[in-house]
Amino acid sequence: MDAYLRPRSLDEALALLAATPGCQLLAGGTDVLPARAGAEVWLHADRRPLLDLSGITALAGIAETPDGWRIGALATWAQLCATPLPPAFDGLKQAARQVGGAQVQNRGTLLGNLCNASPAADGAPPLLALDARVELTGPAGARVLPLGEFLLGNRRTALAAGEIATALLLPRPPEGARGGFLKLGARSHLVISIAMVGGVLVLEEGVVRHARLAVGACAATAQRVPLAEAALLGAAPDPARLLPDHLAALTPIDDVRASAAYRRHASLVLLQRLVESLA
Amino acid sequence: MTTLLLNGAAAHIDAAPQTRLSAALRDACGLTGTKVGCDAGDCGACTVLLDGAQVCSCLVPLAQAEGRAVTTVEGLAATPQGAALQAAFHAAGAAQCGICTPGMLMAASDLLAHTPHPTEAEVQAALGGVLCRCTGYRAIIAAVLAAGTGARPSAAAVLAAGANALPLGAVGDALPRLDGLPKLDGTERFGADDAPADALWLRPIRSPHAHARFSIGDASHLPVRLLTAADVPGRNGFGIYPDIKDQAVFAEGLARYRGDCVAALVGERAAVESVRWEDLPITWQELPPLTAATAPDAAPLHPRWPDNILTTGRLRSGETAPPAAHTAQGHWTTGFVEHAYIEPEAGWAERHGETIHVHGCTQAPYMDRDEVAGVLGIPLDNVRIMPSACGGGFGGKLDVSFQPMVAVAAWLTGRPVRAVWSRGESLASSTKRHPASIHASAGCDAEGRLTSFEFEADYDTGAYASWGPTVAGRVPVHCMGPYRLPFVRSQARAVLTNNPPSGAFRGFGVPQAAIAQEMLWDQLADQAGLDRLEFRVLNALREGDVTNTSQKLEHSVGLVACLEALRPHWHALRAARRTTGRTRGGVGVACMWYGIGNTGMSNPSTMRLTLAPDGRLTFHNGAVDIGQGSTTVLAQIAAEALGLPVSALHLVLYDTGLTADAGKTSASRQTFVSGRAAQGAGEALRGEILRRANAGPDARLTLSDGRLRVNGEALRLDSTLEGLGSWDPPTVPLDADGQGIPYATYGFAAQLAALEVDMDLGTIHLQKIVAAHDVGRAINPMLVRGQVEGGIAQGIGLALMEEYLPGRTENLHDYLIPTIGDVPEIKTILVEAREPLGPFGAKGIGEPALVPTAPAILSAIRDATGATLRRVPALPHRVLEAIREHR
Repeated sequence: MDAYLRPRSLDEALALLAATPGCQLLAGGTDVLPARAGAEVWLHADRRPLLDLSGITALAGIAETPDGWRIGALATWAQLCATPLPPAFDGLKQAARQVGGAQVQNRGTLLGNLCNASPAADGAPPLLALDARVELTGPAGARVLPLGEFLLGNRRTALAAGEIATALLLPRPPEGARGGFLKLGARSHLVISIAMVGGVLVLEEGVVRHARLAVGACAATAQRVPLAEAALLGAAPDPARLLPDHLAALTPIDDVRASAAYRRHASLVLLQRLVESLA
Repeated sequence: MTTLLLNGAAAHIDAAPQTRLSAALRDACGLTGTKVGCDAGDCGACTVLLDGAQVCSCLVPLAQAEGRAVTTVEGLAATPQGAALQAAFHAAGAAQCGICTPGMLMAASDLLAHTPHPTEAEVQAALGGVLCRCTGYRAIIAAVLAAGTGARPSAAAVLAAGANALPLGAVGDALPRLDGLPKLDGTERFGADDAPADALWLRPIRSPHAHARFSIGDASHLPVRLLTAADVPGRNGFGIYPDIKDQAVFAEGLARYRGDCVAALVGERAAVESVRWEDLPITWQELPPLTAATAPDAAPLHPRWPDNILTTGRLRSGETAPPAAHTAQGHWTTGFVEHAYIEPEAGWAERHGETIHVHGCTQAPYMDRDEVAGVLGIPLDNVRIMPSACGGGFGGKLDVSFQPMVAVAAWLTGRPVRAVWSRGESLASSTKRHPASIHASAGCDAEGRLTSFEFEADYDTGAYASWGPTVAGRVPVHCMGPYRLPFVRSQARAVLTNNPPSGAFRGFGVPQAAIAQEMLWDQLADQAGLDRLEFRVLNALREGDVTNTSQKLEHSVGLVACLEALRPHWHALRAARRTTGRTRGGVGVACMWYGIGNTGMSNPSTMRLTLAPDGRLTFHNGAVDIGQGSTTVLAQIAAEALGLPVSALHLVLYDTGLTADAGKTSASRQTFVSGRAAQGAGEALRGEILRRANAGPDARLTLSDGRLRVNGEALRLDSTLEGLGSWDPPTVPLDADGQGIPYATYGFAAQLAALEVDMDLGTIHLQKIVAAHDVGRAINPMLVRGQVEGGIAQGIGLALMEEYLPGRTENLHDYLIPTIGDVPEIKTILVEAREPLGPFGAKGIGEPALVPTAPAILSAIRDATGATLRRVPALPHRVLEAIREHR
């Protein structure tokens, strides 16, 4: 029988992880189990042992801290939506309502979405815009990486062997910050994004004082777009200030959902509309 | 051992902790009401409540349910909202095939528990994770809204009320489905639900390559038996046509598409599931795959078709075209479309001496019987097909899938053998809608009267014949649409390639052709300065007209009535549309006709009614109800003809051992053909009764307390009376120029689509569909509306999102079908131009519902943007590209 481990504490989990080479971490199961079903179709069943984190109560919940918020590894999209949070988190909540269907939102975790490291992870752009950091815990203790350094590529993260991603750390947003998210797909529910954007803006007397803009599904990982952010800072939130050149660093691909050229175009349109909605 | 609170009682489940909860519920607890459609969280069929919150049970490891409350559809009636939901679904016709219904009900019960009076948007958000392929979702939304507003009667009362609400169930009554209740409480048995516990498992081995030679070595190291071509006792081939059995049960040395079956593992389940790809003694030599473009000049895929052209259908009508003042032409392409029934193929077989019984989901039990007898090399009478409930078909379950394999395995092992396709296997192996590459041109005179239509198309028929000849046969006679045309030249070729076999899918190639035909009309109407709807009225076929196959349409041509019914909606929607700004509105119109039944070929049906001396009245109905409602409709027809209420009938349903051959559930034929047979059976039994009672034709029959009364006088019977009805629609085969009487009657329809196009993103937002359908007579208006709405949803998918790409969209998150948020408000208008040949004037509706939707949507996109889409699905990047080219 394939191994399945369900520790009750983080220490136990770390010990099991160290003792069980090649095991796969599991939380809500909304990415791990579909991938396994896909592999089984062609008799390539994934036999890696599963290390189920769901029994570790210390990893559950969303808590306000002196610096901001701590989102535990087991916190689901639905729990996020049910948590009172400042308007800067509105984009993250909008993303949460568009990840899969309600069933997936009730089970899928924010951190799992990042660890799965799909280029189209809906959580990544709004979390980048919130300056999220990822807490990684290993045998030697915890380290914290900015999300942009955690996401390394398509299905690749900075999670090292023996480590568990234990929390998302979200700093307290600047006063007056407001967040938004726009997703583009070929149907209304249950859709993998063609492109999506997340952003957080602070306006003071009609002038942009803080800007975080990020684009997903247009590169191997979601990306902040610093040139676009810079184009807004110190000026009125005019969508027309965002130009194609600001997105030159994106590297979209052609796939079954859309062409690369379309993604490049659509991401700019979405960013402009996001700024318009936050203005 | 995992302990949980299951439907209110403690349950101890002995299964591995990582077992999917869906599997544990079904296999360990016997709660098969929870359905498995994908094992990936893509379809929501397995939705249950976990501590009151909806989850996909396929994504919950059993261990995570430890100590928690799990509610399944079997426990729904005991919950506060459950019974009201079940009643509302029944009354609204919200369950068709029923495979998504448990998931829908559970998601809805989660919603109502927190939001007792939801809005439509809230219903859509809550049910957005459950896919339905039958209903088009509108009846489901209506049912949830009704349950949210209604009273809360007891479960038993509401379930009973449905059946008794309309005790007569006469023709024309919107009777709830007679087979509806088991679909609501989890007791319906689909293909994966009822195999014997000791059945062996069969797991097909499929080619991962589109085209490859292979050889199979010694398999003695495997823990289970490996069945190959050498094990097939009879003919190692099956296929739709009696003379084309080109698809092997297990391929012999050459795999012709990705998904082609080359062997099968048979053994105890765990042993079968332990086998890995690398354990298989199969070596592959890949070959370059043939495409529709390369196949005609390539080496033959099958020796029988040297040029890789399976068949060519043609039509020639008119000697010369009248002069045209305006002309239009274009090239259109469509992709593979997957049926995406939510129930993957599943069933089982058991040998009884020299007889084999095959159980499972199917649309065509008699064709299955022929195939099974052929591959086993046994007489037809030694095969009994016992269909389970069928969780959607749409043409995809006309071809055999598991049937020959499990039959061979059960025959050889002497054990019951079952098989359940995974979603990925279903997608890779099953037939698809033909991709079409169409060149078409047309002309009209200065007043807008059509002068000519020319059409040439290649249909990619994939690796095996399947229904390819039918598609090539139907397309040339339908492709000009229901219009008066003095000159037509049409040709459709079915090209063999290394793609999945293209088969039957709701419309047999006609929906693809309708796109080209209707887009040309829009161009011509504009050139002639005519309103697009009036252009169609001007050219529409009318009673007395002669079609391009030289068939005179004497009766039941309701197209003009359909267009006239749409006219006020057309003007209102046109006036309301937004013509400037970021999003622009457009309204489109399209028509269709569709021949009911087989094309120029016999397709009889036989129905039987019996009245036993004890008063038991039994309707023996061999027509498979795959969700469309034939069980209910045919009973209504039989009862009406007999003169007794539907509730008097005991139903014996589709089983080749118990019912006569009603033909396959396809070609929109069951209401028309089997309906006429049912009418005949009812009339025959009535005649027998009246003769024995010596009563006149207007005598009143009643049945109560086991006693039939004629005009109040009890009728004594010594033996069982029988009424038999058989009917075969009169047709004349087509000649080489496509001339003949291909169909006894046609369905007609016109639809409007109103939508908005985002001019900067190319995204489409559908606002409304208005559908006017001439159905001859709506035997059951609620079920007809269900067919229309479901067909429209599939038309939306064809137009906007569905495209199957082998190896790339083999799951339901990359292959997209419409969700509950993608089907707008639908207004259905039923036009009843009675067909004298049909039962009480009725014709078919199954396929007609789908045909006009995609062209109406493309017409609306053109109206909004000026751009003509040349390729479907109209994904956002294609729409944007078309808009830019137009500018």
